[in-house]
Amino acid sequence: MIPAPFSYVRADSVDHVLSLLVEHGDEAKVLAGGQSLLPILKMRLARPEVVVDISRLSELAYVRVEGDEVAIGAATRHREVVDSADLQRDVPLLPYVASLVGDRQVRHRGTFGGSLVHGDPAADLPAAVLALGATFVIQGPAGRREVPAPEFFQDYFQTAVGEDELLLEIRVPRVPGVGWAYEKFTRRANDWAIVAVAAVDNRVALANMSMTPMRAVAVEAALAGGASAAQAAQAAAEGTSPVTDMHADEEYRGHLARVLTERALVTAAGR
Amino acid sequence: MQVTTTVNGEARTDEVEDRLLLVHYLRDVRGLRATNVGCDTTSCGACTVLLDGESVKSCTVLAVQADGREVSTVEGLAAADGTLHPVQAAFRQEHGLQCGFCTPGMVMACVSLLKDNPRPTEHEVRDGLEGNFCRCTGYHNIVRAVLVASGQDPK
Repeated sequence: MIPAPFSYVRADSVDHVLSLLVEHGDEAKVLAGGQSLLPILKMRLARPEVVVDISRLSELAYVRVEGDEVAIGAATRHREVVDSADLQRDVPLLPYVASLVGDRQVRHRGTFGGSLVHGDPAADLPAAVLALGATFVIQGPAGRREVPAPEFFQDYFQTAVGEDELLLEIRVPRVPGVGWAYEKFTRRANDWAIVAVAAVDNRVALANMSMTPMRAVAVEAALAGGASAAQAAQAAAEGTSPVTDMHADEEYRGHLARVLTERALVTAAGR
Repeated sequence: MQVTTTVNGEARTDEVEDRLLLVHYLRDVRGLRATNVGCDTTSCGACTVLLDGESVKSCTVLAVQADGREVSTVEGLAAADGTLHPVQAAFRQEHGLQCGFCTPGMVMACVSLLKDNPRPTEHEVRDGLEGNFCRCTGYHNIVRAVLVASGQDPK
C-alpha cells in the first residue's frame, strides 16, 4: 500500500507548523511518529496535500516536573515515557500504560501526543490521561489555550485540537504513592484493547466503551457512597454505548467493563 | 525530496518521492532486498530495520524521515569476512527459522532487544518480540536463539 501523493515539509519550529496549518487548513496533516497517520495515508483514508513533520522539533519532546504536575511534550516518544524516571516515580500509571502501546518498534517511533490527538477510543493512553485528570495545552493562531481531559476527547477520532492548531503539551498531576491500575483485555498480543480500565485512586476511566474514552461516573459515585470495589464495579457499564464488532458484542463488553473495573480497583487499592 | 541516508555504513544521496516508504527505498532504490514487506500494516514486523540503532517497522516510516539518519538492515550485520553476527549465528545454531520470511526482521528486532536488555529472561524475549510474527510459528527456537545470543543457556 502506498499513500496518495503529498508534499512533505519538515517543520523547523512551532511557528512554522502553525503557519503551514493556517495556510493549508484541512489539506494539511501533522506527522509526528507516524504510527497512526502512515497507516491511514497508506489505506488512503486520508489524502492530505501537505504532511508537516514535527518529529525533529526537540522543543516538543520532553518530560519535566513542574510544581504539582509533570509536563510531557506532545512529540515525546512512547519509549521516553516508558523510560522516564520522573514519571515512574510521580505518575507510574503512564509509563506502564505506554509500555502496552503497540510493540517495541511502534513505541520507538510513536508519540504520546500523537496517540492522544488521534483520539482512538480503543487506545490505551486516552483512558489513562482521563483517569489522571490531565490538561492539554494547545497552540493556535489566536494563541495558547488549556483544555481539561474530559473536554479534549470530543467524538470518534475527534479531539479539541482544531485544524489550525497544534497540541504542544500534556500536563498530568503528580500522584506519587496514589494507588493505580490499568487492566487491558485483548485476545492477541499486540492488539488494541477490546475493553480497558484505568484507575487512579477512586477515579475510573474506560477505553473502548463509547465513541470516546469516558469516566465511569456511576462507579465513582458508588465508591464515594461507600460501596466496595466489587459492588461499585457492577455499575461500570452504566451510561456506556460500546460498539459491537468482530471482537465482542455490546453485552460482552459490558461484562468485561465490570470484571476489569473490579480488578483495577482492587489492584489500585493494594498499591 | 533529496535524502542523504547512511545504510549499513554507506552514505548516499537520492532523489525520492515524498510518499516513498523506507522499506521500498531500501529494497528498490538501495537494492537491499533482504528486508521483506509482510502485512504492510505495522503488525507483522517482517520489515523491521534499525533507525539510529532502534528497531522500527520500515513499512511505517517515510524514506524522507530517514534523511540524515543511519539505517541498519540484516545485510549489514555480518563482518566483512563473512563472520556471522552473534544473533545470526544463534539463529543458525538453534534453528530459529523455518521458511525464513520473518527472519530478517526478526533478527533485527532481536539485535535491538539485546542492545536494550543484554540478558533478557525468556519472558522478556517473548514480550520483546511481540511485534514480530512467525507464521510458521517457530517461536520456540527463535526464543532459544535469542537466549543463546545473549550468552545464556536456554536449557
